[in-house]
Amino acid sequence: MIEFEIFGNKDTRSGFGEGLHELGKNNPNVVALCADLTGSLKMDAFLKDFPERFFQVGIAEANMIGMAAGMTIGGKIPYTGTFANFSTGRVYDQIRQAVAYSNKNVKICASHAGLTLGEDGATHQILEDIGMMKMLPNMAVVVPADFNQTKQATIAIADYEGPVYLRFGRPVMPIFIKPDAKFTLGKADVLIEGSDVTIVACGHLVWKSIEAARILEEKGVNVELINMHTIKPLDTEALLKSLAKTKCVVTAEEHMIAGGLGESVAQVITRNLLVPQEFVAVNDSFGESGTPMELMTKYHIDTPDIVEAALRVIQRKNA
Amino acid sequence: MNTQELKNIASQVRRDIVRMVSAVNSGHPGGSLGCTDFLTVLYFDIMKHNSTNFNMDGVNEDLFFLSNGHISPVWYSVLARSGYFPIADLGTFRKLGSKLQGHPSTDKKLPGIRMASGSLGQGLSCAIGAAETKKLNNDNSIVYTLHGDGELQEGQIWEAAIYAAAKKVDNLIATIDYNGRQIDGDVEDVMSLGNLRSKWEAFGWNVFEMDGHNIEEIRTTLKQAKELTGKGKPSIIIMRTEMGKGVDFMEGSHKWHGVAPNAEQLTIALGQLEETLGDY
Repeated sequence: MIEFEIFGNKDTRSGFGEGLHELGKNNPNVVALCADLTGSLKMDAFLKDFPERFFQVGIAEANMIGMAAGMTIGGKIPYTGTFANFSTGRVYDQIRQAVAYSNKNVKICASHAGLTLGEDGATHQILEDIGMMKMLPNMAVVVPADFNQTKQATIAIADYEGPVYLRFGRPVMPIFIKPDAKFTLGKADVLIEGSDVTIVACGHLVWKSIEAARILEEKGVNVELINMHTIKPLDTEALLKSLAKTKCVVTAEEHMIAGGLGESVAQVITRNLLVPQEFVAVNDSFGESGTPMELMTKYHIDTPDIVEAALRVIQRKNA
Repeated sequence: MNTQELKNIASQVRRDIVRMVSAVNSGHPGGSLGCTDFLTVLYFDIMKHNSTNFNMDGVNEDLFFLSNGHISPVWYSVLARSGYFPIADLGTFRKLGSKLQGHPSTDKKLPGIRMASGSLGQGLSCAIGAAETKKLNNDNSIVYTLHGDGELQEGQIWEAAIYAAAKKVDNLIATIDYNGRQIDGDVEDVMSLGNLRSKWEAFGWNVFEMDGHNIEEIRTTLKQAKELTGKGKPSIIIMRTEMGKGVDFMEGSHKWHGVAPNAEQLTIALGQLEETLGDY
């Protein structure tokens, strides 16, 4: 029986808020910038205790990114906060030139990513951001799995010199990463060891994959689950080690198929060993209004979709 | 530095510019020639900076951001002539493997450059960020920027303009190269900026105007703007210039914005620009 200790239920954005607040206490170089979404990004605690290091830029994301790049000159470590949509697509050119190409130590922190933003609908539900960010040279892309890991990642990336895109979200989800776990950028967590199929997931889909692994276990399928919290640089070694054992993979993410984690995994597969892969991700579609869980079901990024994909990929492997 | 010395440097910088762009048959001589006098005065007479031991953080140094990155030739020449890197490197401009990229970049580690630019409208935001960091560091040196006038059509400039006034970024002096020309023609025809002085005043900035080819006036205006730093408002200088200044057949037109002189034209241009410090 697959057992996970659950440490409560919280949103990943609150993990960011707590991590940022802790950085405020421990790292005097950390500064925070926000484009009129302080409450949504849970940056209030940082603002309250470190107002001199908090920069409210108003609804002007392009200026925020440019400012963050400039603030690194003189040794500050800027964390920018807004929704994922406005953190990436709206400011792609600013990130490209002033952050990625200029290789500035900016942490672009993006909440409300993907469909689970919910009722606001497709204008705000970005599903392309991982792709946009991972395509930029110098940019690391991190999608932590739960509240604890988001907090740990927020703190850890301050010690990583270079641009980082940190993606998290709005819904309240179970916390299953240990509060004292160590987050290492670029080092995947093998959460469950198994031999029939590898599931590689990130963000909210890691919990969904744990649920799927339990269902699959009842069906006699032995799942290996990798929490691939860093999309770039991808932990190719951990992936290949697992694939050598299971010889098939399901990737699961709250993102488009195009440009996502699954695509990064597919690149590793085509270059190294040919094994079948199934994608649990949104297939070339915008989202819509609805509750987070309704949307995950409708757009086929829910637990049953992972189960079906796993059974399908095992069948392909054995065919 | 006296006016004649600055004029001599400017003449040599103009020679560098036309030689650099002609050698690779690409680059942007028009705006470069128009901003030569300004950048010469800024780097040789106004800014407090360390040209022999460049470091990215520039703590306790004045910083400069070139937002209109396409006029890289003038910046590269002024940086080299200031001692940031060997003047011989100017001969590598725009060539494969060079630190002197078509537009300024940091990835090749050219001393003197702290931010890539080229995609327009971003430099003011970057400069504001650097200025805010200086305040956090209790560093009372000044951040300077230069922008094209056509560049002011970019929306991000006005986001930055609102921020700098609202948040009292008063260690910042921006300058606009107001030559009235952009790629498709006169700014007035392409997209009029209206009353530029009134716009910046309405946004809450100290506004200065100056003749960008009068060394004395540039120096005086920059000093006046410096005196207003630390007093609660950012400053901007609307600098009237002539695109192509110093080479008669390049003046008075937008046509030399991004076109390099051929060998014959180069000879004519160099005949109008005295070699004062030795060519690279």
